[in-house]
Amino acid sequence: MPGTGRGGRDAGVWTRREALAGAGATAGSLLLSGRPAQAQGQKPAEIKVGIATYLSGPASVFGVPGRQTAEMLFDEINAAGGIAGVKVRPIFVDEGPGVDHFVGEYRRLVQSEGVHLLFAAISSADCIACAPLSDELKRPTLLWDCGTQRIFEENRYTYAFRTQANATPEILSALLYLLRAKPDFKSIAVINQDYAWGRDSWDIFRTAMNTLKPGVKVAAELFPRFGATDFSTEITRVLALRPDVVLSTSWGGDLDALIRQASDRKLFERATFVMPLAESSLQRVGKALPPGHIVGARGDHWFLHPAPADPERLKRFTESYRSRFNAYPIYPCFHMAQAVSAMKAGLEKAVAAKGGGWPTDAELAAAFRGLEFPSPTASVRIREDGQGLENQIIGTTLHSERYPFPVLTDMVVFPAETVTTPVGQKSADWLKTLTPEMVARLPQALAFR
Amino acid sequence: MTRLGETLLALAGAAAVLALAYAVPWLRFVLTIALAKGLAVLGILLLLRAGQVSFGHALYLALAAYGIAFGTMAVPEALVLIPGAALLSGLVGLVIGLFVVRYREIFFGMLNLALSMVFYSVLEKFYAVTHGADGIRLGPVTYLGRPLAGEAAEWAVLAVALGLALAFGALVRVALASPLGEALAGIKTRETRLDFMGVSPRRVLLAAYVASAVMAGCGGAIIALTTRHVTPAIAYWTTSGELVFIAILGGAGSVLGPFLGAAAYELTRVYAAALVANAWQMVLGLVLLAVIVFAPGGLWGMIARRRPA
Repeated sequence: MPGTGRGGRDAGVWTRREALAGAGATAGSLLLSGRPAQAQGQKPAEIKVGIATYLSGPASVFGVPGRQTAEMLFDEINAAGGIAGVKVRPIFVDEGPGVDHFVGEYRRLVQSEGVHLLFAAISSADCIACAPLSDELKRPTLLWDCGTQRIFEENRYTYAFRTQANATPEILSALLYLLRAKPDFKSIAVINQDYAWGRDSWDIFRTAMNTLKPGVKVAAELFPRFGATDFSTEITRVLALRPDVVLSTSWGGDLDALIRQASDRKLFERATFVMPLAESSLQRVGKALPPGHIVGARGDHWFLHPAPADPERLKRFTESYRSRFNAYPIYPCFHMAQAVSAMKAGLEKAVAAKGGGWPTDAELAAAFRGLEFPSPTASVRIREDGQGLENQIIGTTLHSERYPFPVLTDMVVFPAETVTTPVGQKSADWLKTLTPEMVARLPQALAFR
Repeated sequence: MTRLGETLLALAGAAAVLALAYAVPWLRFVLTIALAKGLAVLGILLLLRAGQVSFGHALYLALAAYGIAFGTMAVPEALVLIPGAALLSGLVGLVIGLFVVRYREIFFGMLNLALSMVFYSVLEKFYAVTHGADGIRLGPVTYLGRPLAGEAAEWAVLAVALGLALAFGALVRVALASPLGEALAGIKTRETRLDFMGVSPRRVLLAAYVASAVMAGCGGAIIALTTRHVTPAIAYWTTSGELVFIAILGGAGSVLGPFLGAAAYELTRVYAAALVANAWQMVLGLVLLAVIVFAPGGLWGMIARRRPA
């Protein structure tokens, strides 16, 4: 619709900065002139991207690397002349204060900043809240990191797309890997954070385990407080119960503390740990995590991926991240890279479909459906329901002299289609239809080189 | 300040809210949240009059918000849901109030805090019912039988919030000037004197406590209808702390203080977050420090000092 301002604002209406001047809220340096409203379908001066990430709170262990990656990749795109000749600019917002603040920030980004698209979010609650909002405000939104499988299984959206997998493939691959690596385990204990993710991920794991290997004894279900720093009770309990396997989908400081304390008390010698998110903790815990334990990365995210589609691309990504931020990229970096790649591919597709003209919001959103775009390690396809199809990598820890932290060996790369709930089905039902032959058909494990 | 002055200021404030919400569409959401929190803080103001600080009023916000979230599944009518949610908060406030009004000061504050955290844990633990930290998304809601969505729904919630704010503001203004209000002040100065006068301080405090729970319930209902998504974070102690923060920021001198404080708090927060995404907490902290140091009577105190009644 030509002539309609972004966010439906008319010419005489205030922008944020003018409103700020009116409210007299802050000092004079901020009182810049208002930005002219951009028309739909007209080439903008710059592409503004609102990015929701955790800049404060415990999940900033993911949010800050995500932000760093975005800054790095946006700089790279701009150095190469932008997307379809237009430069890109990120506008970051903090998810730290919770959903009600985030919903306000989402509206601000769309209605005041006039962003062309959004990357949101790390928190599943924020994703669940903003997906309907994207349809309401009609602004393309890429769900870049949140895990919950509920979003596209329970609803359909026109403007929201996920550029990565969800909890079901992430947890199922870890279970399949365990079933092949240690087929005769008899008992399992779980130590998960006591919040939605900890509960959800255990539900997925248990449902699939009861289908693929019925009769495994659940020795203990332990849900320490989110943000707990002391796991002595849980470790003592598990030491006494002697399960064959310990599952923990914890992350961040919780997982670091659990690994260090379990290591001190030799729990790693008694049981095989399965930690689907531990890739993000490896560099922090270092060799406190012994070899021989199963580690995942919420996707095929590993800077030493054994068979990347484009080895040069992965190497370049790893090296530029490392030289700029002095760390190896972890999974949120890869997730951010996927969102950036999807944005680039989607915009280019939409521009090409219009024969070089600039797409409207609706045309841009339509371009994401069915889009296939490269990731640092392979490629991701967005299905017709908006869910991304992303491969999964699971490996076993190994101590190498070349790195001050454990690396992965015996890596299995699970093709996305084999582990993702099909379109139109719910994970809880689909997991119950799995058959043990699935384990036999797994791809070959690849060793660390 | 005279009654007329305050009424005029309140009406001017309401007009300003409407004008701002019309001119700057994204602020509509922020202002609705500010009004909702202002309502809850108005209840806290009643308790402050008695010298009691509750660090647990997020409990009533959350009760009402979850009441709305579950209620929409049965009755999707906002004008039934809001009184229902307020009633729920009021009833729970009555039961809890019977216990907590026996305590004073830090014990009163901490007991409230503990109970609100119990509810927070319930929301997290009963995962199958509440979806834990992922929260519940509200279904479609009708206003007077009309299904509204998008901008119309935003205006409807804002109008309801503004109406409730004016109504409760007037009510509290009257209550504070009544014998009940004087008795509340009596609890702060010397409680035994009330006993000697044959007034039960517990009963007075209980009345104020239940009223504050109802007001927090209205606030929670508005928050749920505005964000359309409720999570246990609304019951967390930081939310209660936020309400006390707003009470201090706004000042306890007038019923306008809570709304002034809530608007200042929300606007400071969004502008701080827009300017320095990773240090907005510091900006908020500095603002509170500045208010404590330079305006101990809060924002209302600054206004009242300039315009002596």
